[in-house]
Amino acid sequence: MSQQLLESLNAELVAGKKFVNFGVGDTISVSFRIVEGDKERQQVFQGVVISRKGRGIGEMVTVRKIVEEIGVERIFPLNSPMVAEIEMVRRGDARRAKLYFLRERTGKSRRLRDKRRGLKHVQA
Amino acid sequence: MGFSLLGKKIGMTRVYVDAVSTPVTVIEAGPCVVTQLRTAEKDGYTAVQIGFGEVAPKNSTIPLIAHDFKAGTSPKRHHREFRVTADELKNYTVGQTLTVKDLEGKLFVDVIGTSKGKGFAGVMKRHHFKGMFASHGTERKHRSPGSIGGLCSNRGFGGGLKKGKRMAGHMGAERVTTRSLDVVKIDADRNLVLIKGTVPGGKNGMVEIRPSVRLYKGKAKKVAAAK
Repeated sequence: MSQQLLESLNAELVAGKKFVNFGVGDTISVSFRIVEGDKERQQVFQGVVISRKGRGIGEMVTVRKIVEEIGVERIFPLNSPMVAEIEMVRRGDARRAKLYFLRERTGKSRRLRDKRRGLKHVQA
Repeated sequence: MGFSLLGKKIGMTRVYVDAVSTPVTVIEAGPCVVTQLRTAEKDGYTAVQIGFGEVAPKNSTIPLIAHDFKAGTSPKRHHREFRVTADELKNYTVGQTLTVKDLEGKLFVDVIGTSKGKGFAGVMKRHHFKGMFASHGTERKHRSPGSIGGLCSNRGFGGGLKKGKRMAGHMGAERVTTRSLDVVKIDADRNLVLIKGTVPGGKNGMVEIRPSVRLYKGKAKKVAAAK
């Protein structure tokens, strides 16, 4: 009974947040708010989703991109008010739930197959 | 003087307060029914007795059922008292219902509960002793307390140790008070209180919530600033 109450409370806390439906392997761009003093601006982080864990209000997404041959990862709390928008860039084909193996890959093997036919290999 | 509510610990989750992730404990508090008033003439002290939580009559006792019946309510599982002054006692009547609404406007609360039982625990877990070396010739004594005192140092009477020497033993399953916890949100419709941080005991455990009796320095400043 109490578990159900907690679940319903969690559902309410999450309600009102609607993002595009994305999964592991997809390339997304996350715009998140940055507050500097009393000014606010948005920054965009685009990369491949390599992990999506937790559920309800505590859901976390790890996004990885390559900047000047150095891998950069950011972990976003999906339901944080600081995450303003998520845009789908490309649907990638992933055969496992966590793509941590991409961290060891370099060059051509770092790419993921596109979900659509004909468009092979997406740079991770 | 005092005021307290009885509640049930539901579990933990998180909320975003000013965009900052805040861990909260959800407590279903009240409604509590005033089942008896303790008066100076009859009992020698003044207090309010409250009951909380439904219980099947077969799981209660006939004297207790009758006691709750006199207050005009169904049998209650838990009963607790909180002390009030004689003047404050006039604000309460038998059969009156106390809800989370009575906690509204309070910034900080104390939560009292029964901690989770840990069984027979060693000194490292129970008293945060450091234990022995992992190597350097230590054999089978890595988590032991070491010496408990020589012949001359701070002994008790009769050649024994002083009472209260910290050793291994039963840990947990005792009354614990966590003080000055932030009230994050009050949901009057469902009798819920969201309290920042952890609260003693497991899920479904009974807890007592009262407005903070003594605040920590930093929080006392916050209250002063709010005024």
